[in-house]
Amino acid sequence: MSVATPGRTLGKELEEHASGTVTAAEAPPPAARRRRALFGYVAMPAFLGLVCLVLYIWVQGKELDSIEGRLVNREVIRDATVEHVQLTVVSTFFVILVAVPLGILLTRSFAKWVTPGVIALANIGQMVPSVGVLVLLALTWTIGFRPAIVALVVYSVLPVLRNTMVGLQQVDRNLIDAGRGMGMPRLRVLGRIELPLAVPVILAGVRTALVINVGTATLATFVNAGGLGKIISGGLSTSRNTVIITGAVLTAVLALLVDWVGGIAEDLLRPRGL
Amino acid sequence: MIRLDGVTKRYPGQEGAAVERIDMDIREGEIVIFVGPSGCGKTTLMRMINRLIEPTSGRIFIQGEDVTRGNPDQLRRRIGYVIQQIGLFPHMTIGENIATVPRMLGWDKARISNRIDELLELVGLDARIFRSRYPKQLSGGQRQRVVVARALAVDPPVMLMDEPFGAIDPITRDRLQNEFLRLQQEIGKTIVFVTHDIDEAIKMGDRIAILREGATIAQYDTPEHILSAPADDFVADFVGAGASLKRLNLSRVRDVELTDWPTVVVSADRAEVLSVLRRSDKGSVLILDGQNRPVRWATARDIDRDDIPLEEAGLEPEAVVEPQSTLQDVLNLMLNSSHGAALVVDGEGAYLGAVDFATVANAVQAMRREANKELKAAADELGEAERATPA
Repeated sequence: MSVATPGRTLGKELEEHASGTVTAAEAPPPAARRRRALFGYVAMPAFLGLVCLVLYIWVQGKELDSIEGRLVNREVIRDATVEHVQLTVVSTFFVILVAVPLGILLTRSFAKWVTPGVIALANIGQMVPSVGVLVLLALTWTIGFRPAIVALVVYSVLPVLRNTMVGLQQVDRNLIDAGRGMGMPRLRVLGRIELPLAVPVILAGVRTALVINVGTATLATFVNAGGLGKIISGGLSTSRNTVIITGAVLTAVLALLVDWVGGIAEDLLRPRGL
Repeated sequence: MIRLDGVTKRYPGQEGAAVERIDMDIREGEIVIFVGPSGCGKTTLMRMINRLIEPTSGRIFIQGEDVTRGNPDQLRRRIGYVIQQIGLFPHMTIGENIATVPRMLGWDKARISNRIDELLELVGLDARIFRSRYPKQLSGGQRQRVVVARALAVDPPVMLMDEPFGAIDPITRDRLQNEFLRLQQEIGKTIVFVTHDIDEAIKMGDRIAILREGATIAQYDTPEHILSAPADDFVADFVGAGASLKRLNLSRVRDVELTDWPTVVVSADRAEVLSVLRRSDKGSVLILDGQNRPVRWATARDIDRDDIPLEEAGLEPEAVVEPQSTLQDVLNLMLNSSHGAALVVDGEGAYLGAVDFATVANAVQAMRREANKELKAAADELGEAERATPA
């Protein structure tokens, strides 16, 4: 600064004092912050790996009977995990596809009057037990992957919808005014200002939806859509605790892992400068 | 340049108009201030010029063209817009913020990039440092400069400013106001400026429109006339007491005679400095660098200390003002300065002279005399009217 306009350094210094120095606000130093962030990124998978290892050793140390052996083996666990991840990812994809555009529409001034109704509907979606939705869909439509996805979407659309709306509504009205005042059309204000600034909040909603979906996907087994719920319910119906524990622990590990991935995505996709 | 023709704004379900049939001419290159109590409709009136609020009736002409028709977005790109809350986009760098309108107008990359550098330079920020920073890394004053740069991006002939210095601490505000006035001398824009602060209006305005409830114009005139001849009681009350002191905001440093202060260059030897000091009656000497810029302000005792080099003797010069600063600024700074004078420097920071208390006091006395003369004239006029009535 002083290089370009040496004559005015005095006043600038004065100003820095008056309005608080820029650098002082940036503590802690970036290196330390990065180290801490890195620790956060590594700690969770390390912990989850440890849990899986303990589970593995524990199961290995047990004499499995034939029923347990059929439910707890490498192929079944692998297939169930893959199905579970598919259910989670596909349902969350559709949740985003439905909830984000809906959230955008509902925050436009022309849609103000339908907003309460749609929010109520989304609330109902989350209040109705997903088992009920699954069973209804199975009875009236079909069984398998598709009704499971529909039930998951209905159940987890609310957090993403709500966060999209809150994220858009919390954007400083003055920024929108500034954009409009410079001649930005409404759509451009939405795309260039409102959505980027809402991204952190929307992503938090998506992360919530992901974790909800990992948990709820355990119910998909009731409509024959597989997943880790298959192992849990198999263990329950045959009263085999080892099986139940294996399925439950794996589900929990998957939920935490998905949450961890979501956290990283939030950090990477958050616009810089915020 | 800008002509308002019967501009009216009514909101449905509201008794009375928010803005009532305003006719107004704004001349090219002038800063026109809309000032009035809160709720008087000054912001509404300004926002109708770029159609952020659509007038209910009436027409607005800019450079002879009726802008109440046509695409409002196109119109707004031709009008610089600055709001009180700064309104920099926090997720964009300073460069991207400035590029907002040029991008919409489809400028190519190189042209935009050059323009960003040029504008940052114009508002006194080093482009190399600032163009890739984010707004939160800047101080309030720096952000304010960026906002002005952004509004000037495509060199619009007209600028609208809604309390642009409202959210800034008082010391920085004075400096930014002065900087902006200097900038305006270079760029000569037609500016509509909204404020609720009559002192700011007097300082910044070429012309002031004092608005009352319902955005009717109580008086539209130069600051001098508004101070000396308020149109009615409303204006007189709004301008308030101490009108003659307010005129300190009208007198600029460039209008008064500067005092000479003893100066030496930083390379001078101590004996020379002491002799300069002895010859002067000021008791302190100003040390200038090679480009004539004040670096230190030292007394004989400071000079006498051999252990301190000349460039560190005494104190850093405080109370540094520029020719377009008002005497009000000078007085404020002077009261806080240890040498009882303010230094005047030009845009490059080179020393021009000093303003001391005597100069300001003389200016105040001259204003008092002027004001008394006007009051006397008004009294005489009233007296004549009295005499005329019975006859």
